[in-house]
Amino acid sequence: MTLLRSRAAATGLALLSLFALLALIGPWIAGDPSAFVGAPHQPPSSAHWLGTSGQGQDVLAQTVAGARVTLVVGFVVGVAVVALAAAIALTAAYAGGWIDDALALVINVFLLLPGLPLAVVLAAYLPPGPLTIALVLVITGWAWHARVLRAQAAAVREKEYVQAAIVGGEHPLRIVAVEMLPNLLPVLASSFIGATTYAIAAQVGLEFLGLGDPGRVTWGTNLYWAANDAALMTGSWWLFVPTGACIALVGFALVLVNMGVDELADPRLAAHGRGAGVCVATVVRRPRG
Amino acid sequence: MRFLLRRLALYLIAAWAALTLDFLIPRLAPGDAAQALIARSQGQLEPEALEALRVTLGESDAPIHSQYLAFLGRTLTGDLGTSAAYYPAPVSTVIATGLVWTLVLAGAAVVISFVVGSLLGALAAWRRGGWLDAVLPPVLALVGAFPYFWLAMLLLYGLGHHLGWFPLRHAYGDAIAPGWSASFLASVVRHAILPATTIVVATLGGWMLTMRNSMIAVLREDHVALALAKGLPPRQVMLRYAARTALLPSLASFGMALGFVLSGALLTEIVFSYPGLGLLLLQAVRNQDFPLMQGLFLTITLAVLAANLLVDLASAWLDPRVRDGARRSR
Repeated sequence: MTLLRSRAAATGLALLSLFALLALIGPWIAGDPSAFVGAPHQPPSSAHWLGTSGQGQDVLAQTVAGARVTLVVGFVVGVAVVALAAAIALTAAYAGGWIDDALALVINVFLLLPGLPLAVVLAAYLPPGPLTIALVLVITGWAWHARVLRAQAAAVREKEYVQAAIVGGEHPLRIVAVEMLPNLLPVLASSFIGATTYAIAAQVGLEFLGLGDPGRVTWGTNLYWAANDAALMTGSWWLFVPTGACIALVGFALVLVNMGVDELADPRLAAHGRGAGVCVATVVRRPRG
Repeated sequence: MRFLLRRLALYLIAAWAALTLDFLIPRLAPGDAAQALIARSQGQLEPEALEALRVTLGESDAPIHSQYLAFLGRTLTGDLGTSAAYYPAPVSTVIATGLVWTLVLAGAAVVISFVVGSLLGALAAWRRGGWLDAVLPPVLALVGAFPYFWLAMLLLYGLGHHLGWFPLRHAYGDAIAPGWSASFLASVVRHAILPATTIVVATLGGWMLTMRNSMIAVLREDHVALALAKGLPPRQVMLRYAARTALLPSLASFGMALGFVLSGALLTEIVFSYPGLGLLLLQAVRNQDFPLMQGLFLTITLAVLAANLLVDLASAWLDPRVRDGARRSR
């Protein structure tokens, strides 16, 4: 695989595989995250490597168990966001005219609506749980990627071979899927990574606010309980540092993979070394909340 | 002028969309959510609050279009309903208390981050391959991967709780009466340092990378080469010839990123118990105070739109092509 030739991407993928493995088999190794195993607020010890929570649960088990829901929701939202954004972007670029104008307006309006407050209002009216969180994140997260993809798709739409296919009378769906889509793959990949990064961070944020299902162990609810159990006031750093470090590591790994995708899309970036190796990544990346 | 009018039209549409979402979401939500909430609040809330809640949640017998018109009329006159968490205060009064603090904290932090980040980006591109260019981007990329509020917890624990350098919560000391006194302002600044640092550190990398990449492209342009060949001082070339042009893409993304940055700022406020809109949002979620949540969504949207308008004015000032767009465009 060519992606592995980039050192950044290889490191990122290795990290991600590690966390995927953790999410897959971790809960069997680290034990039951909800079991009450000792006194609350105990610092790390040989019995509990990362200490115990404010309710006397094993923090290591909770950190490991939290990976599963958090990563699955992040991945699913990433796929859904890119699928929705690509569908809207390709429709706009292919149809052009007033359809393009209308969709561009919808995209721009959604970009202006602040994500967190909208997500809170939406999530508050739906039953708490991962499904609600995922739905809300797709609604608040698609516009950015639709904007990037629409610009790229519009450029591809003007290429001669696409024009030729249109004049040749090919079916619009075929033109979009066979002629246009393959040229968008690098941007799609970058969008997917950006959307997944966003989904993990925003999901944790919403759950931290208390919009998740507090009975379920995820990285977000871990931090929610850490705040609720006064981790900061009692100085129990082990309640929030492990989970937060995992989130940060996953985010960093995704950034690294994105750099590799950029180099793959444009080999000149790799040759120039550090150079402009952040090109597409910068277009697709955005500050997160 | 035409550019500004177009943007203004977009903002009006966005404001209308936010209003309409505020109206529709409670009515499209799975029916029993509102019912259950009203049933739960029965006993806890005064009859008037219950009635206000019923109206907000769309539990009304009136046809939907007249409900919509009544809703628009109420909202446009500043009546956002009654808060359940801070009963009997009206939502607009509750939000007004938080808005000032969020504007001060997030406003200052976002502007500082943008200015410092863009300057660092310009410097990194100007001395490409130098130590600034080599060290900062990867470090800031790592820090940028942290959730804001986790960074906030780390700072609060390390610098506030452990070392005791900064106050742990609130926007000013309990013992000081709010007012324009020097001790009050000093207390406000001391309380704002940690939350503001969190927001600045978390967003710095994005602005730096955007500025660096656009600056690298601008430095290849002829007008920069000409300015250098003329023998202008390098600092003047960097700031007035290259950075001014390179700032335009950053400025364009600044407006769009604002909503996201603000979301992070709200979560940061919660960690520091900073009495802004973020803390109100937390109270609204905890108490299932739907009118307050919706009022916050509306207020924050309007704030983002206003900030975007300011950004547009700034780009019109920086970019003659935008200013004279009507005359020169095709």
